[in-house]
Amino acid sequence: MTDRLRSSPFMHGPQRTDRVMQWLILATLPGLAAQTVFFGWGNLINVFWCATLAVVAEAAVLWLRKRPLAFYLGDWSAVVTGWLLGLSLPPLVPWWTSLVAVIAAIVLAKQLYGGLGFNPFNPAMVGYALVLVSFPVAMTTNWPTPDSFLQHPLSLPQTLHQIFGNRQSATGAGVDAITMATPLDVYKHQIGRHLSQTILENPVFGHFVAYGWEWVNGGFLLGGLFLLYRRIISWHIPAGLLGALILLGAAIGWDPDRSIPLSLHLLAGGTMLGAFFIATDPVTAASSHTGKLVYGAGIGILLYVIRAYGTYPDAVAFAVLLMNFAAPLIDYYTRPRAYGHKAPKRGMGPGN
Amino acid sequence: METPSLLKIAKDGLWHNNPALVQVLGLCPALAVTGTVVNALGLGIATTLVLTGSNLAVSILRHYVPAAVRLPAFVMIIAAFVTCAELLMQAYAYPLYQILGIFIPLIVTNCMILGRADAFASRQPVLPALIDGLMMGVGFSAVLVVLGGIRELIGQGTLFANMQLLFGPAAQHWEIVVFHDYAKVLFAVLPPGAFIAMGLLMALKNVIDNRIRQARARQVAVEPSVQRVRIRVTGQSTQAREGQDALIPTQNL
Repeated sequence: MTDRLRSSPFMHGPQRTDRVMQWLILATLPGLAAQTVFFGWGNLINVFWCATLAVVAEAAVLWLRKRPLAFYLGDWSAVVTGWLLGLSLPPLVPWWTSLVAVIAAIVLAKQLYGGLGFNPFNPAMVGYALVLVSFPVAMTTNWPTPDSFLQHPLSLPQTLHQIFGNRQSATGAGVDAITMATPLDVYKHQIGRHLSQTILENPVFGHFVAYGWEWVNGGFLLGGLFLLYRRIISWHIPAGLLGALILLGAAIGWDPDRSIPLSLHLLAGGTMLGAFFIATDPVTAASSHTGKLVYGAGIGILLYVIRAYGTYPDAVAFAVLLMNFAAPLIDYYTRPRAYGHKAPKRGMGPGN
Repeated sequence: METPSLLKIAKDGLWHNNPALVQVLGLCPALAVTGTVVNALGLGIATTLVLTGSNLAVSILRHYVPAAVRLPAFVMIIAAFVTCAELLMQAYAYPLYQILGIFIPLIVTNCMILGRADAFASRQPVLPALIDGLMMGVGFSAVLVVLGGIRELIGQGTLFANMQLLFGPAAQHWEIVVFHDYAKVLFAVLPPGAFIAMGLLMALKNVIDNRIRQARARQVAVEPSVQRVRIRVTGQSTQAREGQDALIPTQNL
């Protein structure tokens, strides 16, 4: 009976929040797997640590606000915030850094504004930006050397000790031996002094684009395409973001001897995670289709500008937060018209 | 304009109409230099001096300043007091003066001071104006010091560091190291941290006010009340015929 098309009215099955969140977590798995394969256990530990903290923090604030715990925790949004933080923080970052990031994300950026749906800024990125500004050393020196570069990659207990314990004694050699700068960082700091060929000899760039990072970004791209297929996100924001980044990279950064090449922009930093999982947060993004394109393009432009001319090697968090500010304005100017209605006249003139 | 009682002026300045938490004026220096308690206190004292002096002078001169040029005149008066404060700081707290830098001369443009001069001092006698300036200044300074304390504690893990800049060598050992071996949270020292701390302080004030209001409401509800009853009779009662309400204690009915 069910295979026959029945007569209208048709019932629309809305996507439940908890399902959407669960699909989102599922979609990050290829990227997380690549991170684990190339950079060790750090991200995996961080993801679970941050998600646990996020749920605890959310529960604590909900209890203080006298809200029903099970209902709000059951939407999985806290888990996703923690999860995304765990994916974006440097894998070997000490436990208290993630703690500060999660508390800032859940308590400051989300619950103080009224909880899911009321937060003007992406919670995970508020947490990330706050710790990036607060602890520049912890946030830049904890990117691990890819496992295959090490004679003895960190085992799971060693990584746990590195994150939660006394850091110096985790490995005999100290922290420096197991961490290194990210490809974007290396390229950015050597670009003025060396030619592209010399820079790319650094093993951090590997054979293709950036060792390990290309697979991580590929994994997130795959997960993002899966989200598109499931219709959990629409194509507008990622398309706007990547399109703007590619345009700028091709127009301004075409010379690899003078600026970071486009391949690194796309595949070496947090671009794919940002484009498909972070910028697409429906609460903090613009809402109409045109608006989403503009919003995504804005993030892409800011991403390129901060990476090329700013002091930070990567800029997903700042670009997303800045466009969060702009989202209401974008929404105002891109309101869809009801069929048959003209756009209203705007401006300061009489009669408006 | 009616002159409020001195007690009300004091209460308004310190709490109900606090320049930083309620009027939200003078935020530029309040957020920029309150990284530590000593900076906050230094700026707070300088602002209080200027505010008290300018309120006093404006009130004395209020009958001689034509309304059309009152604002430039007030700004000149304020600028004179700011220069005094600046010279005093250079004389007695030079290192602190160097730390606070441009924010001492910028007290001239602090809208709170011009606001008090125009809204209060220029319409009130000398004594209320003086008290108003002093209380507003103290209220402002108190918020600055609390803000400075929060940011110093979170940002650097200490309290009352470098107090000798303001109180001389005797204050050398006032520093309290709250957290030993502390990873400094730069965010709290930088302006965004100031905005967040300020927002939290305002929220805290609102919570306290709400609690007080609720407690009062409960007290009022407990007290036995005289109920207002409209008597619906025609012809007999003069009160009712004239459409007036009769006040009748409830228990007598």
